[in-house]
Amino acid sequence: MIKFVLMVNRQGQTRLSRYYERVEVTRRAALEADVVRCCLSRKKEQCSFVDHRDVRLVYRQYAALYIVVGVTDTENELSIYELIHNFVEVLDKYFSRVVSSDPINQPTNQPTSHQSCVCVCVCVFVSLQSELDIMFNLERVHVILDEMIQNGHVVETNKSRVLAPLHALTKMADAS
Amino acid sequence: MSDVVEKTLTALPSLLSLDSQPGAAKLSSTSKLGNLIRGITELTSKHEEEKLIHRELASIKEQVSSPNTSMRQMKELMVRAIYCESLGYEASFSYIHAIKLAQQGTGLEKRVGYLAVSLFLNENHELLLLLVNTVLKDLQSTNLIEVCMALTVVSQMFPKDMIPAILPLVEEKLNHPKEIIRRKAVLALYKFYLIAPNQVQHIHNKFRKALCDKDPGVMTASLHIYLQMIQENAEGYKDLTASFVSILKQVVGGKLPIDFNYHSVPAPWLQIQLIRILSLLGKNDQRTSEIMYEVLDESLRRAEMNHNITYAILYECVKCIYTIHPKSDLLEKAAKCIGNFVLSPKINLKYLGLKALTYVIQQDPKLALQHQMTIIECLDHPDLIIKRETLELLFRITNTQNVVVIVEKMLEFLRMSTDDYTTIDLVGKVAELAEKYPSDCVCFSYKNYTYAPDNEWFIETMNTVFSLSGDTMQPDIPNSFLKLLSEGFESVEEDRKLRLFAVDSYVTLLKGETGKLPQFFLQVISWVLGEYSHLSEELKPATVLELLQKLLDRKQTSSETKSWALMAMTKLCEGRAGVSVAQQVSETYISSMDTVLRQRAQELQHLSQDSELRARVLPRDADLEPLEVDSSLSFLDGFVSEALAAGAAPYKPPHQRQEELSQAKVLSLEPYGLSLPISMSSCSIADRQSPTLLSMSSGLSGDSTDLSHKGGSTTLKFEGVKRVWGKEGYLAQKESVEEAVQVEAPSPLRSTSQQAEVVGSHSQTPTLTPTPEPEQEKQQLASSLFFGISSQSSVCLMGKSGPTPQRFRRKAKGQSSSSGATEQMSNSVVFTSTTVDNLLCNNPPDSTITSEVDVSSSKHTSELPQGLTAANGTCDIEAELTDSDLKGSSPPLSGDNGLENADPDPHENLDKPQGVCLSSHLPAELSGLCRSEITPLCTLQNLDLSACHVHREDTIVLVVFITNSSDSAVQHIRLDLDSELLEVSCVSESPAKDVRSVAVYLYSLTVRRPAVHVELAGTVSYQVPVGTPQTAQFSYKLPLTAFIRPLTVSTEEYGTMWLAFSHDTKQNLTLINDGQEPLVATLNVLRKKLQLHVVEVIGVEGILACKLLQDQPCLMHFRVHEGALAVWLRSPVPDLPDCLIYHCQRALQEH
Repeated sequence: MIKFVLMVNRQGQTRLSRYYERVEVTRRAALEADVVRCCLSRKKEQCSFVDHRDVRLVYRQYAALYIVVGVTDTENELSIYELIHNFVEVLDKYFSRVVSSDPINQPTNQPTSHQSCVCVCVCVFVSLQSELDIMFNLERVHVILDEMIQNGHVVETNKSRVLAPLHALTKMADAS
Repeated sequence: MSDVVEKTLTALPSLLSLDSQPGAAKLSSTSKLGNLIRGITELTSKHEEEKLIHRELASIKEQVSSPNTSMRQMKELMVRAIYCESLGYEASFSYIHAIKLAQQGTGLEKRVGYLAVSLFLNENHELLLLLVNTVLKDLQSTNLIEVCMALTVVSQMFPKDMIPAILPLVEEKLNHPKEIIRRKAVLALYKFYLIAPNQVQHIHNKFRKALCDKDPGVMTASLHIYLQMIQENAEGYKDLTASFVSILKQVVGGKLPIDFNYHSVPAPWLQIQLIRILSLLGKNDQRTSEIMYEVLDESLRRAEMNHNITYAILYECVKCIYTIHPKSDLLEKAAKCIGNFVLSPKINLKYLGLKALTYVIQQDPKLALQHQMTIIECLDHPDLIIKRETLELLFRITNTQNVVVIVEKMLEFLRMSTDDYTTIDLVGKVAELAEKYPSDCVCFSYKNYTYAPDNEWFIETMNTVFSLSGDTMQPDIPNSFLKLLSEGFESVEEDRKLRLFAVDSYVTLLKGETGKLPQFFLQVISWVLGEYSHLSEELKPATVLELLQKLLDRKQTSSETKSWALMAMTKLCEGRAGVSVAQQVSETYISSMDTVLRQRAQELQHLSQDSELRARVLPRDADLEPLEVDSSLSFLDGFVSEALAAGAAPYKPPHQRQEELSQAKVLSLEPYGLSLPISMSSCSIADRQSPTLLSMSSGLSGDSTDLSHKGGSTTLKFEGVKRVWGKEGYLAQKESVEEAVQVEAPSPLRSTSQQAEVVGSHSQTPTLTPTPEPEQEKQQLASSLFFGISSQSSVCLMGKSGPTPQRFRRKAKGQSSSSGATEQMSNSVVFTSTTVDNLLCNNPPDSTITSEVDVSSSKHTSELPQGLTAANGTCDIEAELTDSDLKGSSPPLSGDNGLENADPDPHENLDKPQGVCLSSHLPAELSGLCRSEITPLCTLQNLDLSACHVHREDTIVLVVFITNSSDSAVQHIRLDLDSELLEVSCVSESPAKDVRSVAVYLYSLTVRRPAVHVELAGTVSYQVPVGTPQTAQFSYKLPLTAFIRPLTVSTEEYGTMWLAFSHDTKQNLTLINDGQEPLVATLNVLRKKLQLHVVEVIGVEGILACKLLQDQPCLMHFRVHEGALAVWLRSPVPDLPDCLIYHCQRALQEH
């Protein structure tokens, strides 16, 4: 089961957090700080999974941004590891046009294979600027995450289906 | 509007490409959120962040409450509030506005409102109720997006009690034409199932419909419910196995639309979910398992692509294959798969491989052998989590042969670990292993050391565990360790060695730097030194005292540890030097603010001055006898009743006092919570109505015993302590080698090269090609780690999912010598009274007793002539009898038990005719009554004195028979009886002054002062026609029970009497468990044996009454409490309750 999803930058600042288990707001900051410290201290060649107290952390780094998922030890870590990537791909699919104004990312607009996908993701998060682009659309990232994970379980991984409600909302906003 | 939305949903894919300027871009970086984020990002100190956020929150607060704020602005404010909260600053003022936004906003505004609600509130928040109406309205909306939003929030959180209000609407959505609505409705029902399973009981068939939905998304959603339900009850869903299998087949076969693929793998998370469901269904079920073999094989085959996600699926497959009923070719493939994982250079895969191995090793320990070299490498892996997982794996394959090496590896890890959580976990595991494995195992060599779990190893391992764990250890570890030490093992000699070793090692530790030792450890050390330092011959008590004193003087020593140290000193303060140290120390702590310390100091002071008392209070090796803790502190009852009589308020437990205080709305005494008198006096004198009310005093005692539990060694609990640590000697090294070779041979899974290595490392066969040094070391380690794993018999697996293994298991214990001895001892102690009681009840003594009787009676008779030849007139036998009586080593009175004893012993046959004769001389009015056996009192030349006592309803009659066996008449017989405890009045004397055959004397007895046994001393004097007057002394003993009669009272009378009586005593007795209701059975035994009257039995409580002749009542209150019988006796007569308790105990023991 998934306990929480965190997005933190290299400075240890929380960009997004979603808890599927009750944790008091006042306790969260300390927990997040520990989690970040835990992940930041890891080397590249080390395992992407690490224990923090009774939580197993599965983390992935995208340039300056870390996405950390806390799971119970009965969870399949590797599937969560790939889930993070799926999430990032969804974000990329949604925001690619936003950052497409940035000339660097222009050519990677239409990802076709796995390789280019990774490429895009790296591009998306490559600079502080793009990290902030995500931040400026915090509520949308949350909406996307809500479509994918509920109650600590993976509920949808199909990219177009994940994005459908958000697109519909945007469309509605544009129409009104 | 809804048309637009409908269109939107259907035309999604095209919209994606057409919409060149989605709303996402509208929020520019110049917005206020943008400014906030930028501001935060640029900050460097926490302090600045705090300042900035507080400013931000203040401004948000101002704006949200302004009536002019538009919904659009509100949405923006809400996002900022979300951000602030995610940084750890509470924004509770915005919660209500989030609900308002969800209610009044449209589109994205509404969504943000719902989002904020789901982020801010938890399931039980009261504000959530305000959301119900909004959800209800949105569920009925024609706008599909709004329905979607409502269903999303419902599946995230919803107040449990309000489910019925929306359930029909959600159910209705299950038939909605749009898949997204159906899917979200299923997820909402899943949430309902999680929080209130009963509410959705009736729609289980609809779940089945969802499972068969033509849309894969809806089907996927329904799997969440099924996984949950199958986890709870796999039996109920076996019929669905084929459906799950066919779904998985289709998914694996690529029948799903292409957009479900992730990196060309069809719906991997769905596959994982399905495999998990299958493994739950196939567990321990061959038939169901058979249905899924094919699809699992297919999954294994398809998942050969080189990508993480396929490995994730494979991992799930492997787990499934090892969970369900085994199939050999699948197992083989799974094993190969694990092999690929653990050998992979990719670290994540290696980790997953280890995890899989840890799991499957419980089913197939041989698999560990295949990968032993990899496991060894992983043990020294630089990545801690790999190491940790490897230790977890090893923990599961420990057996007697490898435990030392594995524990060593774990301790190595512990030394490096900085994380409390890991430390606590590992310390627990090491302690478990150290205590689990007895030392009777094989020696083997590793790095030139001989490793065998023995005494030294155990103590040293525990030392390391204690020192490493710091003060974070679970408190049961030191407790169990001490119990283990004190309980001992099979061999007394080994116990002594173990304890001695512990003492020596602790003395060495204390002599060194103690600053770093954790408090727990110091407490253990103190206890062990106090209890066992006398075992060491060269160690003087003064040295230990000095060390303990040093410990006391240290600032870092906690007061709890100090009280342990004081306790230890109390046990050790011997001799002049000891006493002076004790005095000095107790001086220091006698005025301590800590009450426990103060009490310990008092104890130390008093006991050090009174060595006799000390020996009684703190006997050495007291651990052999189980200590009964009088948790009700009954010994204080006298004190309490005196205090109560003097007008003190009855005791109330702290919680009740607190309650009353808060009700009375008086000043809170919280800070003075510890000072009892204040709160006591503030209590009203509560009505004293019943024993239950008064038994509140046990609340007090509970508290104080708890304290002494912590502080005092004498209160260690011994019940339920399991022991495992024992020693039966080691197997010789040679044997181990042989065994190793044997063990390796039958393992079919092992490659020949590995086999050669292992065998080589054990037997050092010369054919072995020389291997480089480090390599060899690894192999040696491997051989020691995996020793004995393939020999099925010695494998000891510790199930991961099984119940937590009990720490400290008791070894299969036969009649251990020590306990046998205790039993015997107690047998002999009770013996005198047993026989007396047996006599009394006219029951033949049981076989063990008779056998001893035989021996002693033969002795008895052989001594008779000696006694007779001693012509000083007093009977020597008498003296000897009382003597032996005191010692309790031989039966005094039953040697010549008369008629009733059916034992055909020749010695007794002598007496038998006499017994027959005597009983015929009983006065007619006594003949039908219950009486004791006739016992000889003394013999003088031709005269035999015998006696018995007869139970009459209102009195007890002592009958003394004087038998003249000679022809000549005996004259002037004078019989004087006297007793401190009894009042003796003569009822009748035999009229004849000259006794030719038998003279009978009757006396009526009344108890003056109760005692467990009451004794009469008598003198008989007489004259024979020719010769000097003769005198002889004798004694006769009766149990108090002879004077007990049932007292018939009603419950009401009982109640009033209870309150009137001042002398009482409490004790716990053992319950009789022979099939029927224990309380009733126990009371019945007591009633029969002691002649009690059962007033009433209600539930677990029973009240009984009896009287001591003539009219001295005693009331008894019995209550079954935690498997024991708590007895409370009250009487107006001092000592009576105590004596009765004794007889109750006896009666139950004999039963």
